[in-house]
Amino acid sequence: MHELSVCQALIEQVVDIAREHRATGVERILLRVGPLSGVEPALLTTAFPMAAAGTVAEGARLDVEGSPVTVRCRTCGHEAEVPPNRLVCPACGDYRTEVRSGDEMLLARVELITASAAPA
Amino acid sequence: MCDTCGCNVTPGNRHLLEPEGKLYRAPDGRVAVHVLQGLLSENDRLAAHNRAHFDSHGVLAVNLMSSPGAGKTALLEATISALSGEMRIAVVEGDLETENDAERIRARGVPAVQICTGSACHLDAHMVHDALHQVDLPGLDILFIENVGNLVCPASFDLGQHRNVILLSVTEGDDKPAKYPVMFRAADLVLLTKTDLLAVLDDFSPERAERHVRALASEAPVVSLSARKGPGMDRWIGWLRSEVTAHRERVARGETRRPAIQPDGEHLHQAHEQGHGHAGRLAPPPRPGG
Repeated sequence: MHELSVCQALIEQVVDIAREHRATGVERILLRVGPLSGVEPALLTTAFPMAAAGTVAEGARLDVEGSPVTVRCRTCGHEAEVPPNRLVCPACGDYRTEVRSGDEMLLARVELITASAAPA
Repeated sequence: MCDTCGCNVTPGNRHLLEPEGKLYRAPDGRVAVHVLQGLLSENDRLAAHNRAHFDSHGVLAVNLMSSPGAGKTALLEATISALSGEMRIAVVEGDLETENDAERIRARGVPAVQICTGSACHLDAHMVHDALHQVDLPGLDILFIENVGNLVCPASFDLGQHRNVILLSVTEGDDKPAKYPVMFRAADLVLLTKTDLLAVLDDFSPERAERHVRALASEAPVVSLSARKGPGMDRWIGWLRSEVTAHRERVARGETRRPAIQPDGEHLHQAHEQGHGHAGRLAPPPRPGG
């Protein structure tokens, strides 16, 4: 369950961003996580409240957006969506492909609450 | 020019202020910040720092990963014997508990630092960095990092190593690369271990194991060996010798290399280094359909 370590790293980044923008709270965090990143979105969602407790991100909503595994063949140029354990080119069968998406583990967007959001 | 009447909004910056833009501020004071930064960028930064330490002393760092009991420590024992008097070796051992593995290595006359991770299922760059304070890097040719036995979590953490070696013992089943694609995709070399047992295991095919590795678009060599009985060890030792030589040449040219592990690519790492902040400006745009 390394998702807790990943969440702790995420919280450090979010806390820095909130400080930069003088935010009083964090409303929503959007991640982009592909199946080849080695991180399980459901476990991230479970670990998040523990990592966020006592920080400016406590109570924030965590959304995790998936991404399909796609490869581009270096031999024939074909680009296709493939299963995570079958990264060969579905057109010509060559294994010399590059992963175009599906290995991301990214903090995509943070929605902050700033002081002016507080009721006057 | 002001924010009140909107006279500072031009056709050139309007997109930044619209709801999906970087500088969008909703009427209620909510701010949306686009980041696009790797979740483990702090770990990656320290891993790069570790790698720079290794390079400054011309040390090749090799990360060994496998499930528990695949024979990582036995391989290291046999490797130390084979390279005795030729290469100066040290080992960083990762386990949840005990000094057992470090003691086995020290018994061979090689320095070993044990990291006990407690309940953590992987090593990270910080743990390795702390362990490096007890390692005499200037006196070394190869530093082995024996990761926690686990085919899942260690794959996600760059430690600063130059090469990933993944062991698959023949008692485990030849479809492990299909079951754990994230781990096996990170391999620079796959070692099929305990092959002396193949005589009594009729359900493990080294050819099938290699086909599963190729299905992950991996060009990593797949080498069969038995650390206890000897066959195949010469290919592994030959690989190590050529890696040490290649690494010295790279370092002499002022270059380094990262292992096959590529969670979202070098470009993000570079964006972080250059931008030192939030890499939204420098990172690539979101991929279509992502």
